[in-house]
Amino acid sequence: MQALRRKDILGLEEISAEEITLILETTRSMREIMLRKIKKVPTLRGRAILNLFYEPSTRTKASFELAQKYMSADSVSVAGASSSLVKGETLKDTVRNVEVMGVECVIMRHPVSGSAHYLARNINASVINAGDGMHEHPTQGLLDLFTILDKKGRLEGLKVVIVGDVRHSRVARSNIWGLKKMGAYVALAGPPTLMPPDLEAFGVRAYDRVEEAVENADVVMALRLQKERQDSGLFPSLREYAELYGLTEQRVAGAKEDLLIMHPGPINRGVEISSGLADSPRSAVLDQVTGGVAVRMALLYLLLGGIKEE
Amino acid sequence: MTLKLKATVMDEKAIGQALRRITHEIIERNKDIKDLVLVGIRKRGVPLAARLQNYLKEIEGSPVPLGILDITLYRDDLSQREDQPVVHTTDLPFDLNNKHVVVVDDVLYTGRTIRAAMDALIDHGRPATIQLAVLIDRGHRELPIRADYVGKNVPTARSELIEVKVQEVDQVDQVDIMEDLAG
Repeated sequence: MQALRRKDILGLEEISAEEITLILETTRSMREIMLRKIKKVPTLRGRAILNLFYEPSTRTKASFELAQKYMSADSVSVAGASSSLVKGETLKDTVRNVEVMGVECVIMRHPVSGSAHYLARNINASVINAGDGMHEHPTQGLLDLFTILDKKGRLEGLKVVIVGDVRHSRVARSNIWGLKKMGAYVALAGPPTLMPPDLEAFGVRAYDRVEEAVENADVVMALRLQKERQDSGLFPSLREYAELYGLTEQRVAGAKEDLLIMHPGPINRGVEISSGLADSPRSAVLDQVTGGVAVRMALLYLLLGGIKEE
Repeated sequence: MTLKLKATVMDEKAIGQALRRITHEIIERNKDIKDLVLVGIRKRGVPLAARLQNYLKEIEGSPVPLGILDITLYRDDLSQREDQPVVHTTDLPFDLNNKHVVVVDDVLYTGRTIRAAMDALIDHGRPATIQLAVLIDRGHRELPIRADYVGKNVPTARSELIEVKVQEVDQVDQVDIMEDLAG
């Protein structure tokens, strides 16, 4: 496959295995640029990009901004709290105004599920979803796939366990779509109150006990526990969660010897994952971050690098 | 585009002879090959560079490092091409600073690929010199670029196409001129 024939990257649900393969191959080439002393290629010179973050973000925002700089694109970043949104302007109006300034691609994080799709339908510029509500976070899903592929050499046939609040996690949803498409076997573990209701539709199995789920696993991925879920009564306390579902050496003992440990960040040490495990040689947490910049460079190239399709 | 073979301009023997001659010219020009490195441009520059590396080793006894360059991200026609080229990995496993770099490609035509290659190399360091070796120079330059080592000069019309085939990629060593029947 030669090119990604699409305007936007909104979710892994609608991206084919063939497209994912092209993105991951391009990512490998982009990572080489990050290892150079001069991290810059002229590819996207003169192309303008808008980063719109209506939710707090450190990693994803820094990662997109660096990817843009490494590719020589020009970009501006606007945080939701300081934007005209608080003056009552609609999202569509905000972006249309920026679009007529010459922006060709909008990266958006937004608390409402489906907002990226809405935006993509209403503007000519490309849209990359940097997380929309509880729906999807496709670039995180892709960087996780890249990290696993890079460390394991394949995705097909691997057993990947996702532990935690799958129900409210856009990271989990993007990962499940991507992993299933690439032929991996996905198991979930966590409190039943935090499991999604439509598991069959995803084709994944859920376990109550982490020990059972990680049996013979190649990869285990912990999700960030959102404090606000406790307030809504979905689990009793952080301490109890850590005791029952927190990843520790002991808890993952049944997995394969070369188990890969992942976390999308930010980590609550001692809650989702023990410090020992997060910093162990088996942990790929920082590789995920490096891969994140490379994945975003690859997507920018694939979306903006060629002729714009009308 | 329907292509028809117009003429075969090089066969296996001719290609071998040309590369051996280029090897001697490289040695003659650079005297000390201690600071020499070879860089093949994807795709067919890479096997050609590997062959020069072998010949150099045969003659000089010591190995010359070989790197691989993908120039896709440095192209000047990305926003004009219908087909987006796939980005492949660049692998330059050595420090380019103060090295004499011989860039190797199959065909020299407009010079735009070499311009991109020079920009890419300079992003990696400051070579002492950049030299260019090509199997075929077919003319029609659009930039002030020339090759230091040429396997064969082949005058062509712009409507024609030079097809370089190498064992490593195409299972045969051969250079053909193709004619576009439609054009």
